[in-house]
Amino acid sequence: MSLADSAAPSPPPWAEGLRRALPITLGYVPVGFAFGVLAVKNGIPAGLAVAMAVLMFSGSGQFVFASLWGGGVGTLSTAAAVGIVNLRYLLMSAAESPWFSRLSRTRRFFLGLGLTDETFAVHITALQEGWPLNTATMYICNSTTHLSWVLGCAIGAFCGNLVNDVRPLGLDYAITAMFLALLVPQCSSRLHVLIAIFTGALSVALKAGGMSQWNVAVATILGASLGLALSLRARRPEPEAQA
Amino acid sequence: MSAPLAWAGEHEALLLALGAATLVTVLPKVLPVTFLRGDALPPLLRRWLDFVPVAVMAALVGPDIFIYQGRFDLSTGNLFLMVSIPTFLVAWKTRNYFVTIAVGIGLVILARWAAWAV
Repeated sequence: MSLADSAAPSPPPWAEGLRRALPITLGYVPVGFAFGVLAVKNGIPAGLAVAMAVLMFSGSGQFVFASLWGGGVGTLSTAAAVGIVNLRYLLMSAAESPWFSRLSRTRRFFLGLGLTDETFAVHITALQEGWPLNTATMYICNSTTHLSWVLGCAIGAFCGNLVNDVRPLGLDYAITAMFLALLVPQCSSRLHVLIAIFTGALSVALKAGGMSQWNVAVATILGASLGLALSLRARRPEPEAQA
Repeated sequence: MSAPLAWAGEHEALLLALGAATLVTVLPKVLPVTFLRGDALPPLLRRWLDFVPVAVMAALVGPDIFIYQGRFDLSTGNLFLMVSIPTFLVAWKTRNYFVTIAVGIGLVILARWAAWAV
């Protein structure tokens, strides 16, 4: 999709970074707002809710934290649940490493700090489409989205009661629409379509079955493994044909 | 005791949990990409990782669409499912990132404005 349109003249790196950040910020501000409201409701001081947005920068991790903390399950259980929900970052961070291999270790570290589901999805899609890696674009996209996340959380935490229902703005659908728009070009072959359907259905089934913290990581591991197994099976006859 | 210390003492358990949660969030983000030699991975692992983007995006978006208000919902009352069908078709036909997102958000606004779903 037109994240890295090679036919059009390419915009300057900062503009491309902002372009990539825009739909993500549309989703982050209202979701961050909802987090801020929930955190304060669950007994987390507003300042600490904002600190969480700065330090963690993880929507699902922060929501798990706030709801478990409110439920009074204790320090260790809360942190463990956050760790489980964030296992998927290990997979995404590893999947980025072949694309970033020519960057210095320091740069890879800072790009890792900016990793979220959404920034991963836009950067990896652009790279797959032949975008020539540009760290400025990624830094600008990551820091803009991080800023919008902190801003949303701060508004929710400090003035949650001042804002009325934001649902008429439809922004709670922004991230879903973004993933749909990015998932279509991921389906570049029949095998990829199959993996998308399998993994999506498995993730839904696991979540509906009560594994609401494990579902993304488990479904992704099984989906990628099925993809590898099927691609190896499809390839096996090739050496014989050559011989 | 000074005021900040008293404040920290009052929130000791919360601060501890926050520190631990930050560690288990930031470490999985930075460790693999910082320390894996991306150009020297075993070919099998590399091919496995090539399937991670499509798998993880499907795993994230599936529940967004099919689990509505906390429950698996295939009915017309599931607004995000109803909106995702035309949004997906727009993504498929136009292959345009911003048009797809604008159509999706626009349909949600319309549906709520018409009080068709919440």
